[in-house]
Amino acid sequence: MIEINQLSKSFEEVKILDKISTQFEKGKTNLIIGQSGSGKTVFLKCLLGLFTPEEGEISFNGQPLSEMNDNARSSLRQDMGMVFQGSALFDSMTVEENVMFPMQMFTNVATDEIRDRANFAIKRVNLINANNKLPSEISGGMKKRVAIARAIVMNPNYLFCDEPNSGLDPKTAILIDNLIQEITKEYEITTVINTHDMNSVMEIGEKIVFLEHGKKEWEGTNKEIFKTDNQAVSNFVYSSELFKKVRKVYLDENS
Amino acid sequence: MLTLLEHIGRYFLMLQKTFGKFTKGKILQKLIFQEVDDLILRSLGIVSFISFFVGGVVAIQTAINTDNPLIPQYLVGFATRQSIILEFAPTFISVIMAGKVGSFITSSIGTMRVTEQIDALEVMGVNTYNYLIFPKIIAMTLYPFIIMISMTLGVFGGYIACITGGFASHAAFIEGLQLDFIPYHLTYAFIKTFLFAMLLATIPSYHGYFMKGGALGVGKASTTSFVWTSVAIIVMNSVVTNILLT
Repeated sequence: MIEINQLSKSFEEVKILDKISTQFEKGKTNLIIGQSGSGKTVFLKCLLGLFTPEEGEISFNGQPLSEMNDNARSSLRQDMGMVFQGSALFDSMTVEENVMFPMQMFTNVATDEIRDRANFAIKRVNLINANNKLPSEISGGMKKRVAIARAIVMNPNYLFCDEPNSGLDPKTAILIDNLIQEITKEYEITTVINTHDMNSVMEIGEKIVFLEHGKKEWEGTNKEIFKTDNQAVSNFVYSSELFKKVRKVYLDENS
Repeated sequence: MLTLLEHIGRYFLMLQKTFGKFTKGKILQKLIFQEVDDLILRSLGIVSFISFFVGGVVAIQTAINTDNPLIPQYLVGFATRQSIILEFAPTFISVIMAGKVGSFITSSIGTMRVTEQIDALEVMGVNTYNYLIFPKIIAMTLYPFIIMISMTLGVFGGYIACITGGFASHAAFIEGLQLDFIPYHLTYAFIKTFLFAMLLATIPSYHGYFMKGGALGVGKASTTSFVWTSVAIIVMNSVVTNILLT
């Protein structure tokens, strides 16, 4: 579980995050949503420890991040997997080498065993015949799968995804969403996804935090988001006619 | 806007972190071999080509500008040797390498920054300074070998140009090469070559690591890196020459 208490962050005196408090539970897909510039990426980078907050506290399983020494932070980072928006695969390495990398870096396991575990992760994300290909030789959807395989190969307790669906066709986007949710349940991971894909919100949002102008405007589940009377959330989530109709059908069916 | 002093401060902090938490030995070894290939071996061709022909031009220029019966022919060999060993090979090849190796380092690290590969390494808990910069520093310790080859080919180019152009005889050129040879000049040349190598590895790394923006930013960072590496080499050359030769 990740607990966030009164988190604030500014850049050059501009407040990007303003006293955000929430918690992300284990075994659930937690979504951070909001318009571009609402502070989602900064929030995620604070959780990852890439940015240091000015105020507030982030705790991982009850351990405050600010009280951790370098070794504890290093251990925590090895317990985190991250799927970046652009996948962030290492260009010079093949798919298999990319997935093997975290284990080669941080474990003393024999190379054959590392390769076996990497191949298990690659199979788990349904990648076939791609082991020896370079990132430049595979599609966007395959890159996301490799990034997910790399993120889970160390069996992390926390999985972070920054817009995992961006640049993907709708069908592949749904597959990636489902894959992340399956992995979250299977490995009992605390998953935090930064997205503005409304399909993801509806399909896998077990906990949704809506940010606006750096403040937490609303939080709830994908069921509750249909019923919310919060104007800011409604304006954002139901900005398209299609989703307005989806909401109407849902409310009619559940009234 | 960052002032020059802030850049210098951040550069030295980067160096400190580069020698902080070390990457696993086996991975570091692989990275060092890769960098030796990219930075040293792949530079041999261009350095050899430039050195040979510039050596030839230095000899020809010396010969045609000292075309006086009172000036001995061996002066061509002497002047070629001194120019190449003292300045051309260590300093001007280094400025050329600031373009070749420096741009490569800045753009490769800068691209990793743009595509979030550096963030990915940091999230994993890797000391990115050590992982990215340390292997380049170690690889560049082999840079004096490049300069040694440059010196040899430069002098050889001068010899070939003199003989084929009829500017000096074989005996006169060789006599000039051996005349008043001071071994300390080689020591001086290699000391400054080693210092230039450290600048060539670290200044472009700094510009790549701290670059901002997208693909255009990588291009700008490479240009800035070339300018500042060249400036640093020229300043360092002046300082070292004053300390070691005066």
